[in-house]
Amino acid sequence: MLDGLYQEIILDHYKHPHGRGLREQFDGEAHHVNPTCGDEITVRVNADMSDISYDGLGCSISQASASVLHELLEGKDSATIAEVHRAFVELMQSRGAVEPDEDVLGDGIAFAGVAKFPARVKCALLPWMAFKDAAARAGVEVGASPEVKA
Amino acid sequence: MSFDVARVRKDFPIFEREVNGHPLVYLDSANTSQKPVQVLDVMRAHQERHNGNVSRSVHTLGTESTEMYEGARARIASFIGAGSPDEVIFTKNSTEAINLVAHSAGQFLALKEGDEIVISEMEHHSNLVPWQLLCERTGATLRWFGITDEGRLDESQLDELVNERTKLVSVAHMSNVLGTINDPARLVERARQVGALVMLDASQSVPHFAVDVRALGVDFIAFTGHKMLGPTGIGVLWGRFGLLSEMPPFLAGGSMIETVTMGKTTYAPPPARFEAGTPPITEAIGLGAAVDYLTGIGMDEIHRHEQEITAYALEQLAAVPGVRIYGPASPVSRGGTVSFGVDGVHPHDVGQVLDALGVEVRVGHHCARPVCQRFSVPAMTRASFYLYTTTEEIDALARGLDQVRKVFG
Repeated sequence: MLDGLYQEIILDHYKHPHGRGLREQFDGEAHHVNPTCGDEITVRVNADMSDISYDGLGCSISQASASVLHELLEGKDSATIAEVHRAFVELMQSRGAVEPDEDVLGDGIAFAGVAKFPARVKCALLPWMAFKDAAARAGVEVGASPEVKA
Repeated sequence: MSFDVARVRKDFPIFEREVNGHPLVYLDSANTSQKPVQVLDVMRAHQERHNGNVSRSVHTLGTESTEMYEGARARIASFIGAGSPDEVIFTKNSTEAINLVAHSAGQFLALKEGDEIVISEMEHHSNLVPWQLLCERTGATLRWFGITDEGRLDESQLDELVNERTKLVSVAHMSNVLGTINDPARLVERARQVGALVMLDASQSVPHFAVDVRALGVDFIAFTGHKMLGPTGIGVLWGRFGLLSEMPPFLAGGSMIETVTMGKTTYAPPPARFEAGTPPITEAIGLGAAVDYLTGIGMDEIHRHEQEITAYALEQLAAVPGVRIYGPASPVSRGGTVSFGVDGVHPHDVGQVLDALGVEVRVGHHCARPVCQRFSVPAMTRASFYLYTTTEEIDALARGLDQVRKVFG
């Protein structure tokens, strides 16, 4: 059953994160914590989404999710960002009932298994919610505003 | 009769179940303990045969219910060496008991700017946040003991920290993260010199070894039922009767009054003064049954067993490559709660892999974030033991950690 959770893709992103490290030039920043487990993430964005930088402390799921977010969203136009963001949030809230679209979610499809572990959904969503707030502070509305149920 | 862990386990129906295809290995008793049939049966029998509200019914059921409720109070009082059952106040949990003191004793002490409350860096949030709020309300200053590298309470600044401005000191009797058992003797002596009250958060001590409030010499202790084989929803505040009788009410409503007119109310003496509204009756009776069960086995026997298990666990965990234990490395003045880190693996991931093997541990900051910060980690993995824990379960934990290292290696 663990294989569904710890997909190779997730462990790869965890061990070799993409784009990790905060940069000094940014228009919006958000720091989110998961109070139950102590995971933390800071996300910074430019208003045109040409740069998304992040740093955090946390489990493999939250950190791999941040790496995937960076890979999927950096440099994309706002319509694409909104679509991918919505698709990822929907997948995570599906309890495993949604078949993810690889064309939209790329490596994000590896998180389909996480959706079956309610206690871990918040870990996967942590960077995505921080991103949404950082984008809002940079004047970009990303859209999806989920009720996170765990 | 000597302690027999196999016989003890037969009293706990939950050990018959499997988790994710493996026998349940429950190593999370510092979080909440499992319940023996003796407790479950008493609670069920009460609901089925004797249910009535307490302290206000003239009818037979109400009388039986009241007798059982007050009987539980009396047995809990003698379990902790209280002077009288009237010193035992039923609350929802330890958190409510500590909040009760933070409100009522805070008011009784007439705290103001310049006064000081002393806690420690080792506290569960429930013995930290109520005091922060009390200080915010009154202008008093919150100060705290640090933690040594070995995970002990750092009393080196005792005389400076506890001084003539100190009104109340509240510390954990046993740390819920590090397992450290604090001897409050020096602290109590110093508090008496300066006229400060002393409270112990006994949530992790009363379930695991004999606690005698009079021998400890403190003013208040708080503990909770669900960590000592009882149900959730019931906790205890013990306080010296002289103090309790001077303190104003916390929550107000039915049962806590003496006379009510539309203009003015006078209050009942303790413990009723602090038990507004219909209390958790079945839960209190369940806690009484838990105390009977623990007493039947013997708290010294239980403590001895847990010491053996803890020594074994410390040894086994130290032998796993990449494992770092936080807190005292030997079982001296330490209870059966062991927090650790696995090098390069986040505790959340450790807990997930262990759960897949049926091994239930706690991960996160354990409602004691300052303790994690003290050791510069965002979170820890914690294994905690009780009278039903076996060495085989410790072996399962060690095997599980090998699997963790394999997945994340």
